[in-house]
Amino acid sequence: MFHIALKMLFGDPGKYLGIITAIALSSVIMVQQPAMLVDMLSQTYGTISDISLPDIWVMDPGVKSVDDSKPIQDTQLYRVRGVRGVEWAVPFYKGMQKVRLENGESAMCQLVGLDDSTLIGGPAVMLKGRLADLHIPDGVIVDESGARGRLAKRACEECPPVPIGVGDILEFNDTRALVVGVARSTPSFMSQPVVFTTYSRAKTLALSERKMLSFVLAKAKQGEAPEAVARRISAETGLTAYSSEEFKQASLEHIVKHTNILVNIGFVVLIGFVVGTAVTGQIFYNFTLDNLRYFGVFKAMGASDRTLLGMILLQALLVGFVGFGFGAGATAAFMHATAGGPGPQAKLTWQLLLGSGGAVMFIVLLAAFISARKVLRLETAVVFKA
Amino acid sequence: MEPTNLIPAVSCSGVTKAYGSGDTRTVALRGVDLEVRQGELLMLVGPSGCGKTTLISVMAGILDQDAGQCSLFGQDMKRLTPAQRTAFRGRRIGFVFQAFNLVPTLTVADNISLPLLINGSPRRQARERSIACLAEVGLAGREDAMPSELSGGQQQRVAIARALVHEPDLVVCDEPTSALDHTTGLAVMDMLKNLVVRGGRSLVIVTHDSRIFHYADTMAHMDDGRIESVRPGAATGEHS
Ligand SMILES: Nc1ncnc2c1ncn2[C@@H]1O[C@H](COP(=O)(O)OP(=O)(O)OP(=O)(O)O)[C@@H](O)[C@H]1O
Ligand SMILES: [Mg+2]
Repeated sequence: MFHIALKMLFGDPGKYLGIITAIALSSVIMVQQPAMLVDMLSQTYGTISDISLPDIWVMDPGVKSVDDSKPIQDTQLYRVRGVRGVEWAVPFYKGMQKVRLENGESAMCQLVGLDDSTLIGGPAVMLKGRLADLHIPDGVIVDESGARGRLAKRACEECPPVPIGVGDILEFNDTRALVVGVARSTPSFMSQPVVFTTYSRAKTLALSERKMLSFVLAKAKQGEAPEAVARRISAETGLTAYSSEEFKQASLEHIVKHTNILVNIGFVVLIGFVVGTAVTGQIFYNFTLDNLRYFGVFKAMGASDRTLLGMILLQALLVGFVGFGFGAGATAAFMHATAGGPGPQAKLTWQLLLGSGGAVMFIVLLAAFISARKVLRLETAVVFKA
Repeated sequence: MEPTNLIPAVSCSGVTKAYGSGDTRTVALRGVDLEVRQGELLMLVGPSGCGKTTLISVMAGILDQDAGQCSLFGQDMKRLTPAQRTAFRGRRIGFVFQAFNLVPTLTVADNISLPLLINGSPRRQARERSIACLAEVGLAGREDAMPSELSGGQQQRVAIARALVHEPDLVVCDEPTSALDHTTGLAVMDMLKNLVVRGGRSLVIVTHDSRIFHYADTMAHMDDGRIESVRPGAATGEHS
């Protein structure tokens, strides 16, 4: 009887396509929206993910997230280096600075100062130039989206922007900076341009700031847990020290607590999920109800409850799989096509696909069970009703 | 006559059935005694709402009576578990409905093969049997048509093929000709009578259609939930 169940489904191609389309569209909402949310949230700690070499972050106790800045004394670097279990520790500057462009306009950007000798914390992917080119006098590296976006050159108001590149000049606080490279970096939450330079040059460019040490990046010795070393650093210096994972968590919690992002976007995601499941469930339920009479006929002819239940579940599994497959595929294609633009980038993770796919299958099966109950309870005698 | 033929196909005594409860309670059967012999064509006639459909539903084991006893081929249906009753129905009873009830999304051959598939026949065998059965109702070659491509009379012939394909011992029909014109109705009746009664099977037909009364071996008249009379029908002479 299972092939009969499938034939019943395919026998009306219009209805079959309708069900598949509805489930596919619901799947799009259920995949794309959470993907956006997950990505926006993970951007809150993008900087921490990007900087993979150190496993400990040390900062002022007032700092709540990686986007915060409360610089500490330079001398703290030496204290951290002295703590037992620390393999190495380097300075890291991160702060908002006003940059003046060649045409005289100015923009806010994020200036990042890297340890002069190791350049730890620098961008992983260089598109033009090399990271070591930061040793060229006045050298800075700009990020790709900044280079094309707010740092781009405009000859006039209406002229199309030309991305800045190697050889172009920027100015921070009347101090000249020479672009020596373009790098790719994860867009930050606020999506400002990012400008990398050395720690000591950052001090000259960011003239106005007295203290410059935003973070100390450290590495735990082999065999030492970064968390344990971080606790020791806190105890000895009075500063806050986190392992990278702890800092990601803390940054995420801070953003979630102090902005409405989770409430606002989470609400949209939730609505999408509810609408998606409701539509999917309803559509399949209606399909079974349309066939109620024929299930009654099968029952009169001696089909067991198990057979009927199996037929309905098979139909549900099939439309669920095919519909979700099309929906997730379309979403992936859409994300691929729009990847690389400014703003949050939705990413499909297997956890997300598993979650959304699980939800779609769950709701289709639930609808199948509810409609199957109706079939099983059906008075067989209805088959004689005209 | 073989001894098994002495066992009636259907034997009902004191069968009552009411629908609903309280104010909406409707008594459909008020103590029905009726017997259908093997190889007999019994017609059940009576005014609308008198309980005919209810009675054949009980007789075919798709509706439980409230009281009284109903046996099919000596088997008291109430003594079977629901699953056993379903299986019993699947093997021994065929159904023909007023509204045909062909599954619109299945081909003619698939529709006919349903009782065989439900009884566990392999697909190939079921299809071959269905095609043979389709020829018996005069529709050879239409196995891959969809029901909607057939006329009403042709659809009812497909439904008859479906009711007979698994060689049931009892076939119950509710108004099998009321959706058909006169000539088509007679052709369908000829077919039913030939295929069912000729094979020694029993046939119970509920009908309003006086134009087909002459096919009956026995006419059972019903009124207000009771059997008023059971008389030999016009066809008795031919068959006894
Ligand atoms: N499912 C049901 N729920 C409630 N009452 C019902 C139900 N089915 C039938 N009845 C009532 O039971 C009585 C007998 O109905 P039944 O369908 O058996 O009559 P019938 O003789 O087949 O009528 P008809 O010739 O119009 O088909 C009627 O009064 C009807 O309204
Ligand atoms: Mg009726």
